[in-house]
Parts: sequence; structure tokens; C-alpha cells
Amino acid sequence: MTIVSIFAVCASVLIGLGIYGLIVDPNPLRKLLAVNVLGSGVFLMFGVVARRGAAAGLGGDPVPQAMVITAIVVAFSATALAVAMMLRLYKDTGRVTLVADDAETDAQKGAAE
Amino acid sequence: MQIAFDIALVVLLLAIAGWTIVAREAFSAVVVFMVFGLLLSLAWVRLAAVDVALTEAAIGSGVTGMLLLNAAAILRPVEASYARPSVSLRIIAGVFAAAVAGTLGGLVIMFKGEPVSLAPLVLDHLPASGLDNPVAGVLFVFRSLDTLLEKVVLVLALIGVWSLAPDKFWGGAPGLRVFGERQSILVFLAQTLPPIGIIVAVYMTWVGASEPGGAFQGGAILAAMWILVMVAGLRNVPPISSQTMRLAMMVGPLCFLVIGLAGIVLAGSFLAYPAGLAKPLIVVIEITLALSIGITLGLLAAGAPAKAPAS
Repeated sequence: MTIVSIFAVCASVLIGLGIYGLIVDPNPLRKLLAVNVLGSGVFLMFGVVARRGAAAGLGGDPVPQAMVITAIVVAFSATALAVAMMLRLYKDTGRVTLVADDAETDAQKGAAE
Repeated sequence: MQIAFDIALVVLLLAIAGWTIVAREAFSAVVVFMVFGLLLSLAWVRLAAVDVALTEAAIGSGVTGMLLLNAAAILRPVEASYARPSVSLRIIAGVFAAAVAGTLGGLVIMFKGEPVSLAPLVLDHLPASGLDNPVAGVLFVFRSLDTLLEKVVLVLALIGVWSLAPDKFWGGAPGLRVFGERQSILVFLAQTLPPIGIIVAVYMTWVGASEPGGAFQGGAILAAMWILVMVAGLRNVPPISSQTMRLAMMVGPLCFLVIGLAGIVLAGSFLAYPAGLAKPLIVVIEITLALSIGITLGLLAAGAPAKAPAS
């Protein structure tokens, strides 16, 4: 077992866990958390590929590493936007759900606007 | 020995990630997720990516964790309202997730070809930029367009968050919850940590040209210090209509853009640096960006305006 294959297993299982949580958990906040775990797995996969590209005296290929730094910041922006949407939904309807609107929530929406 | 450490780290990471997914309450799931982020930075150090480790610890675990923790606390009342997923859905999702994970892992582990690496190419061209940190070289020289656009994404996300405010609160202050009165240890920390944190942030931004660090990591630490001070109630969250704050938020991306446009005239292409001036220009960009990233991350964590503007 090399360090590359150990962390490749780690990254792929994290991706699997994230996908599972994203599908199964009905709570949007938990889905968001699962997306973050999924994202961490994808980033780690970049790290594994970068580590395998170690050359010319560097411990890893700096190009995928720089892309992950950018990606972490973008993932945070998306998370912040999603949280803001959930909190607004909660404020307006008293619920946070991805289930299709029924008459009751439609009425509440109308009242809020 | 090192392999044993790596295996132990991976087992711990996966156990904690699994806990985040199956935890009963969202609040504890978020707390576990923050621990996960810190352990993940260790994994990044093991993968020889110290720049990424610093970013993950500061943004991935710290600021994201704080944002989600606040949301979990507010949304706690609705948590009981979700129906438990059916067993068949869980089995199908489990099989699907395992198939994706197995395929990905198998592809990467069984890869037999010659590894592709841009490292030699980066090192060949790095001396011309005057930088010593290859990751900073990629971020600010070779792929600087990505870095510039990523700043635009941060600003767009903030505009998105602000636009979720009800009309009557537009121009007011974000509704970050303040815990100052009740927990004096928080106030103590908010008074003690920022001087140290700001020095660390400045140092990290400054050494980014030659050592691991840079505008992202420095900006994230600045943001953490600012959030700490706001949450402890020592300083008010500024209203989103504040011109000073908006200027500080835009100075980094604008400086980057102006230097990039000047490159068309002085160096022959957009985002190119004139020969010999690359390093000083990059340092100027990094310093202004660190300030802007700090302000923008802090405001993203503070959320949508929730107070009416003072008239």
C-alpha cells in the first residue's frame, strides 16, 4: 500500500458517503453538510493525483493543489448562499423542506409577499 | 510507521465523516464536521500540500463550520419535522454510492500509466516571476485568470446572500447572533486573540510568495478574527450600505483587474506582468486581496441583512 492508494481509498469513500447523505437525508441542512463531505472527497482526489505527479523535487504537482485552494473558497461561497436561502425560507414559511409546495405553504407565501 | 499513521488517519477520517452523515441531530453533525475538517488538513499535509492544508483548516473547517453551526442552531425547531427515509431508499442509495466510490477508487488505484505532472513545467517558468512558492506561482501567474474569477464568485455569492434580505431590511446590518453578554470567556478571547491573529494573517500573506501561505489563508484568518469580534459583541456588524466596507471588499479584485488590464499595454497580454516587476505587483495584489477576502468571507458568514437600516 502506498500513500497514494491509501488516500485514494479515503477520497472515494468520502465521495460515496457524501452521495449517500445527499440522497437519503430529507433535511436540506444535512444535504448541504453531505455536499461538503462529497466536495472534500473530490478535493482529496485532486490531492492524490497531485501527489502522484510529484516530480522535479516537489512533493506534489502544484497545479491541482492551486485548483483545490480555489475550489475550497468557491465551495464556501456556495455553502453560504445555500444557508442564506434556507434561513430566508424558514423565516417566511416556518419550515425548511424540499417537498413540493402544498396549498398551505402557497398561502403563507402569499401572505409574506 | 508512516504508512501506519496514514492508515490510522484515513480510518479516523472515514469514521468521522460517516458520523457526520448519520448523526441524529444537525447540530452535532456540524460539530463533528468541523473536527473532520481539521483532521482533513492533516491529510493534506501528508499529501505534501501545506498550502491546501492551511486553506482547509481556516475556511473548510473554521468559517464553514461557524456558518453551519449558526444555521443548525436557528433551524433546530424544524428538525423533528422530517420523515425518516424508507429502508428501500436507503438500500438503493447505499448501493449507488458504493458503486460510485468503488469505481472511482478502483480507477485511481489501478492506474498503471505514467503519471502526468505539470511540476517540471511550473518549476521551469517560476524563476521568471520572482516567486519561490510554486502554488503561489500557479495561482497568481500561470492560472491568474482562475484566481481573478474566483474573487468574482465570492462577490457574486455575497450579492446573492444580500439579495435574500426582505425589502425593509435592505441597507441594514446582517443578523449575526451576538453572544457577548452571557459568555464572558468569548469576550475575553475576542479581546486577546485578534492582535495575534492579525499578525499571523499579515505574516502568512507576506510569506505566501516564497513559503506556504498567501492571500487566501491570510484573508481567512482575518475573517475569523473579525467574526470573533462581531460575535462577542465588541464591534457591531456594519450595515451593508457602508461605503468604507464596500470599498475594502472591492479593493482586492479591482487592484487585480487594473494590474491585469495594464498588462495588455505593458506586457502584451491580459494578466501578464512586465518583466522584472512581477513579484512586487503580485505582492500588492496579494495584500489587497487578503483584505478583500477577509471582509467578504466575514460578511458571507454574517448572512443576509436582518435589521432595518438606521435612517
